[in-house]
Amino acid sequence: MDHSYFFELFLGGMTRGSIYALIALGYTMVYGIIKLINFAHGEIYMIGAFTALIVSSVLGFTGMNPILILAIASVLAIFFSSAYGTTMEKIAYKPLREAPRLSALISAIGMSMFLQNYVLLAQTPDFLPFPDMIPDFKFLQPINKILNSTQFVILVTTAIVMILLTILIKFTKIGKAMRATSQDAKMAQLLGININKVITVTFIIGSATAAIGGVLISSHTGQLNYYIGFIAGIKAFVAAVLGGIGSIPGAVLGSFVLGWTESFGTGYISSDYEDVFAFIFLIIILIFRPSGILGRKQNDKV
Amino acid sequence: MSNILKYFSFKEIKKSLVMSVWFMILTFPIMVIKVNTIENTVIWRWNYLIGVGISSFIFASLWRYMIERKKLQGGSESTVPLLQKIRELGERKPTLKKGSLIGVIVLILVFPFITSMYQTGIMTTALMYVILGLGLNIVVGLGGLLNLGYAAFYAVGAYTYALLHIHFGLGFWVCLPIGALMATILGVLLAIPVLRLRGDYLAIVTLGFGEIVRIVLENWNAFSHGPSGIANIPRPTFFGIHFTLPQATIYLYFIMIALVVFTIFVVRRLENSRMGRTWIAMREDEIASQSMGINITQVKVTTFALGAFWAGMIGVVFAAKTTFINPASFTLWESIIILCVVVIGGMGSIVGVVVGAGILILLPEYLRAFSQYRMLIFGAILVLMMVFRPGGIVTSVRKVYKIEPHLQGGSDNKVEDK
Amino acid sequence: MVPILETKNLTMDFGGLRAVDNINFRVNQGEIVALIGPNGAGKTTFFNCITGVYKPTGGDVYIAPDGNGQERINGMKPNKVTEKGLARTFQNIRLFQNMTVLENVMIGRHCRLSAGIFGAIFRTKATVEEEKKVVQDSYRILEEIGLSKYVNEFAKNLPYGAQRRLEIARAMATEPFLLLLDEPAAGMNPQETNELDEMILQIRRDNNISILLIEHDMSLVMSVSEKIFVVDYGKLIAEGTPNEIKKNPDVIKAYLGDEANA
Repeated sequence: MDHSYFFELFLGGMTRGSIYALIALGYTMVYGIIKLINFAHGEIYMIGAFTALIVSSVLGFTGMNPILILAIASVLAIFFSSAYGTTMEKIAYKPLREAPRLSALISAIGMSMFLQNYVLLAQTPDFLPFPDMIPDFKFLQPINKILNSTQFVILVTTAIVMILLTILIKFTKIGKAMRATSQDAKMAQLLGININKVITVTFIIGSATAAIGGVLISSHTGQLNYYIGFIAGIKAFVAAVLGGIGSIPGAVLGSFVLGWTESFGTGYISSDYEDVFAFIFLIIILIFRPSGILGRKQNDKV
Repeated sequence: MSNILKYFSFKEIKKSLVMSVWFMILTFPIMVIKVNTIENTVIWRWNYLIGVGISSFIFASLWRYMIERKKLQGGSESTVPLLQKIRELGERKPTLKKGSLIGVIVLILVFPFITSMYQTGIMTTALMYVILGLGLNIVVGLGGLLNLGYAAFYAVGAYTYALLHIHFGLGFWVCLPIGALMATILGVLLAIPVLRLRGDYLAIVTLGFGEIVRIVLENWNAFSHGPSGIANIPRPTFFGIHFTLPQATIYLYFIMIALVVFTIFVVRRLENSRMGRTWIAMREDEIASQSMGINITQVKVTTFALGAFWAGMIGVVFAAKTTFINPASFTLWESIIILCVVVIGGMGSIVGVVVGAGILILLPEYLRAFSQYRMLIFGAILVLMMVFRPGGIVTSVRKVYKIEPHLQGGSDNKVEDK
Repeated sequence: MVPILETKNLTMDFGGLRAVDNINFRVNQGEIVALIGPNGAGKTTFFNCITGVYKPTGGDVYIAPDGNGQERINGMKPNKVTEKGLARTFQNIRLFQNMTVLENVMIGRHCRLSAGIFGAIFRTKATVEEEKKVVQDSYRILEEIGLSKYVNEFAKNLPYGAQRRLEIARAMATEPFLLLLDEPAAGMNPQETNELDEMILQIRRDNNISILLIEHDMSLVMSVSEKIFVVDYGKLIAEGTPNEIKKNPDVIKAYLGDEANA
C-alpha cells in the first residue's frame, strides 16, 4: 500500500474531522442544555462563512494585508453568527421550552429553511469563490503533498479552540453553571443559576465555533453557497451523536472518527457514496450503542 | 381595548425600535452588501436596510402582543376548535350541511371541465399531497414519530412503476398496488432498526435513511439510471384505452379524487379503531402504553408500514403524472414539505391535512409572485405555527362516544363521585 | 396453595448501585399487601422489575394467577406482563393526556381484544360488536370508579384526584388478577385518601383480585393492607401484619422513627 496516500487520507480525514468538531460542539452543547437538536445550527455556520466572504471581499478592494483581512473577517463572522444564534433562540426555541420536543424540533426545521432561503434570496443561489487568505508556510513545503497550509491552520485552530473551551467549561463560573444546567435544569434554576443567561452563552459559544469552522472550511474548499450549512450541519450532528450527544469530548472524538471514515471510505472505496458512509455509520451506532461512544446510558424514569 | 392600546405606549414603541435596530445590524452584511466576485464590484443596497427596519419594527410589536396574549390564555387553547364549531353547525342545520356537501361534490366533479388543463394538473398535485399528508399523519400526527425520510417511500413507489414498466412492460394499474406494497415492505425494514430510538434520534435516522435512498438512486446507474432518471413512463390507461394529454390529465384527476376518497375512508376507520387508539397512546406515552399491554414494537412497525403504504401508492401516481422521474424529486425538502402539510394543517386531523395540502400547494401556484419566496415563507410559518398554534389550523378533535341510555346512571354506580 | 406473586432473591443493580437486594416477597390470593420504605429505598425499582420495565439482574419473579402452577416472568416485556394479568399505575401520573377519559380506559382493554386492521377497515360484524362492547365495558369501569361524568373529557382536563382514579380505572380495564398501585395517595388530601381507601377495598371485593401497593401515606397502608413488607436500602428489613410492623424496632428505626422525629 502507498504510505503517502494513506497519510494524505489520514490528515485529510483529520481536517474534515476538525471542521465537524467545530460545528458539532454547538449541537452537543445546545442539546446538553435544552435537549433540542438545533436543526438550524448548520445555517449559523453558513452565515458565518458568508459574512466572512462579504467582509473580506469588501476589504479586499482596499488593498489591505490579507492576514489582517482574514482576522477582521473572522471576528465579524463570529459576531454575526453569534448574533443570529441568540436571536434564533429567542424567537424559535425560547417560547417552546415547555412544549413537546416534537414542536421544538419542527420549529428548528422551519428556522433552518428560513435562514437558508433568506441567504439564497438576499445573496445568490450560485457558488461564490472564497478568497485564499492563508499564506503558504515555508516549513510545510517538504510535506506539502499530504498537509498544506490551510489544513495546518485548520488543525491548529481547532486545537486552540478545544483547549480554550475546555478551560472555559472546567474552570469558569459560567462553565460550571452550564454543566449544572445540563445535569438538571430545574435544580440549577432553584440554586439561583440564571438559565436564560446560560442558554444565551451556550448559543453564543456554539455559534462562534461554528463560524470559525465556516471560515476555515471555505478557505479550504475555496467556495461556498447557501446550502453548505445543511450537509455539514447534518454530518456534524452525526458526529455529535457518534461521540455521545451532550458530551463535549465525545463530539470531538465522534467528529474525528467520522472524518476518517469518510476520508478512507472515499479514498479506498468510492467517492460517489461519500455521504452514505456518514449515515450508515450513524444508523449502526444508534442501533448498537444509542448513547454514542462516550455518552452515558440513560434510563427512563418511571 | 385598553389592552391593545398598551402596545402603543412609549415604552413598547421603544422596545420595538430597539428590536428593529438590532435586526438592521443583524441583517446588514447579508441584506445590504452584495459582492459581485466576477466583476469585483460591491453593490450597497441601502433601501433593503430601511425595509428591514420597518418590517422588523412591525414584527417586533406584533410578536410581543401575540406572546402576551398566549401567556394570558395560559398556554391552553380555550377556544372551541373550528372543526367542532362546523360540526355543531352541521348538526343544527341538516339542510345546510346537505346542501353544502352536494355543492362541494358537484364542484369537484365539474372542476376539470370548467377550468384549464393546467389548473386540473395543479389540483391533481394538491390531491397527491393530501394523500401524502394523510400517510405521514399516521406516523407523525397520530404515532408521534417524526419521520424525515418520508420521500424515500414516495421514491420507491415511483421507481417501482418506472422499473417494472421498463423491464416487464407492466402498466399503471398493476403497479399501483405493487408500488404501495414495496413501500410498505421498506417501511417495515426501516422500522426494525429504529424501534429502540425515539424523538430526536428517530428523526435524524429517518433523515439519514431518506438521504441514503436518494444517493443510492443517484449513483447506482445500472439499477436506477442515475441522475438522468427514467423517461417515457406511460400515463394511466382505461381498460387498455390510451388517452390524449388533456384527456389523461382529467382522467388522472378523477383517479386522484377516487384515491383521496379511498384514503380518507380507510384512515378514518383506522384512526378510531383498536389499532388507531394504540398509535395515539404511543404518541402520548410509550411506557404507559406498554404497561397497558400494548406491544410497542408492533405499533411502531405498523405506523411506519401504513404511512409508507400511501407514499408508495402516490409515488406510482407521480411517475405516471410526470412521465419522467429522477432522484432530484425525492430530496429531504420533499419530506419536509409533506411534513409542513401535516403540521400546518393540524397534526392528527384529517380535515387539517386536506386544508394544509390546499394551502401549501395551491397558494404558491396561484400567487406566482410569491413562488420564489415559497420555502422562506414555509420556514417562517413552521416556526410561528409551533410558537402560537402548535395544534395547526384545524385542531384535531377526538371521537365523542355516545353512551347508550340503558348504561347511563345504571344501578351499578357504586362509588359516588364528589 | 402457592402465592400468586412471588419473588425469590430478586436483585437489581444499576452499575455499582444495588437498588434491590435479594428480596423474597409474596402476595397470596385476595390479599392487599403494602410495600413501604423511606424515599429511595428501591420500592419503585422493585415494582419496575416485577412489571417488566426493568429486567432484574438477579433472582426470579413468579406468578400463579389461579393459585397453582408458577410461571417465571422476569425478562418479559411490560405488555406481556400485563397480558399475564398484572396491571399497574404510576407514581407520577402517566395518563394519555390528549385522549378522552373513555379512550384511556379503552386502551386498557386493548390486550383483551382482537380486532385487526382488516376488521377495522371493513367493519366486520365481529369488530363492530367488539367495539360496542369495549365502549360499554369501559363505561362500566368508569362508573365503578366514579368517573362516568367525565367520559368524553380529555384526561388532561381532569382534577388531580380524578386523574389518579382514572389511572386505576385504566389498569382495572386490563382484567388483572393483581393490581399494583405505585403511591396512589401521593398528592391527595386526607379526604381524598379516605375515599381511595374505600375504593381499594371495594375494588378487591367486587373483582376478587389481589392488590399490591407502594405507599408513603401510613394511614392508608395501616388501614387497608393485611400484610406489609418494609424495605430500606434495597433490602427487606421486615414483614408482617400492620400491628407487627408498628411494633418492629427495625422499622421504627429505619422509617417510622424518622417520621416520628420529623
